[in-house]
Amino acid sequence: MTLIDLANPTRFLALTARVLPWLVAATVILLTIGLYQSALAPDDYQQGATVKIMFIHVPNAWLSMFVWGVMSIASLGTLVWRHPLADVAAKAAAPIGAAFTFLALLTGSLWGRPMWGTYWEWDARLTSVLILFLMYLGLMALWRAVEDPSRAARAAAVLTLVGAINLPIIKFSVDWWNTLHQPASVMRMGGSTLDKSFLIPLLLMAIAFTLLFVTLQLAAMRNEILRRRVRSLQMMQASQRAA
Amino acid sequence: MTALSALIRRDIRIALRVGGGALIGVLFFLTVVVLMPFAVGPDLALLSRLGPAILWLGALLASLLTLDRLFMADHEDGSLDLITMSRTPLELACAAKALAHWLAAGLPLIVATPVLGLLLNLDMVATGAVALTLLAGTPALTFTGMIGAALAVTLHRGGLLMAVLVLPLSIPVLIFGVAASQAVIVGPVTFGAPFSILCALSLVSLVIGPFAAAASLRHGLD
Repeated sequence: MTLIDLANPTRFLALTARVLPWLVAATVILLTIGLYQSALAPDDYQQGATVKIMFIHVPNAWLSMFVWGVMSIASLGTLVWRHPLADVAAKAAAPIGAAFTFLALLTGSLWGRPMWGTYWEWDARLTSVLILFLMYLGLMALWRAVEDPSRAARAAAVLTLVGAINLPIIKFSVDWWNTLHQPASVMRMGGSTLDKSFLIPLLLMAIAFTLLFVTLQLAAMRNEILRRRVRSLQMMQASQRAA
Repeated sequence: MTALSALIRRDIRIALRVGGGALIGVLFFLTVVVLMPFAVGPDLALLSRLGPAILWLGALLASLLTLDRLFMADHEDGSLDLITMSRTPLELACAAKALAHWLAAGLPLIVATPVLGLLLNLDMVATGAVALTLLAGTPALTFTGMIGAALAVTLHRGGLLMAVLVLPLSIPVLIFGVAASQAVIVGPVTFGAPFSILCALSLVSLVIGPFAAAASLRHGLD
């Protein structure tokens, strides 16, 4: 089974119909374990119970960038290989990515109020993630502005690839500009600085949220394929009636 | 090479003549700056503190306003199809068009800056700093805005959609442009660091803009 075999939407639908129930089950189980472990994690000696917001905030923030990465690869698929499902994947991912980005901003803001004393600060990391959120919204507006999906797909692909410049800026913003947001502590040279009692629930939640994204993505792609079929059937019917 | 210089000369000539609309941008810039004292009050100390930010915002909006027409007019009269079909690489043609647009619509904004600086109670040094940062930063606005203009022309949608797509991309330019001008006026950071980043942003957009615009024109026009 290679990527090109999935180019046939019918085969893709058949495969995802078999895979999706397992993915849903795995997501639910891992999310339950992750949330339980997060609840069991000890309070931080400085932050108290608010440290638990991190278990939601960090996976959302990771995924907000991961989803744009997925969309960039899908855009390459649209522009370079003309893979028929690439633009379906890119279109389905945009609202999901926007939701993850919004949740990352929201949870970060709720955490910032007791810890930094402010809901919002024009810090480099926060600003660049806000730009990412705006770009998700712009991309969704672009998808909605054009009726012909294949034409919209190529325009959206160009914009997605240009917007991918923002990803390294977000990742390294905490190192380049030494402002309020704390620097990376999990994925860094010389190992994680996080204690095991926090690291294990965090990694569990990260895997669970990634699975959640994959599940939502596949379901949204199925919906998009079916929506396009309905659209072409309606157009066929309309043209028959006109003739 | 001659094809490119001919393209640049043609675009500048069209922009400066009747119906070209290059100088509308300057007029818009002036109007935005004149509106500001009405909004924040005629407090000269406050205006001189906000001055660089107002000038940068005005220049950003003015360049966005004129960018709408970058490919649209050529698309309407069919010359864009000729440009895409010619033997000159489309990337270079896009770069030439953006350069012509910057010369016709971007440079006048910078020339107008000293006059507008007077209205905002900026001293000589501050005005010079803003003009210099605009000189280094407006090419980035034009070349990233070109991507939005190319998308808009392939989708037959201009106006607001283009603004929504282009404005997030121009935020870094705005940040470093204003930071560099403020560095001259109030400190405490040095002028060099944000100004170098601003120049780097312009150079990067000089490379990426033509390729992205050409890609979207090539895939979008049919």
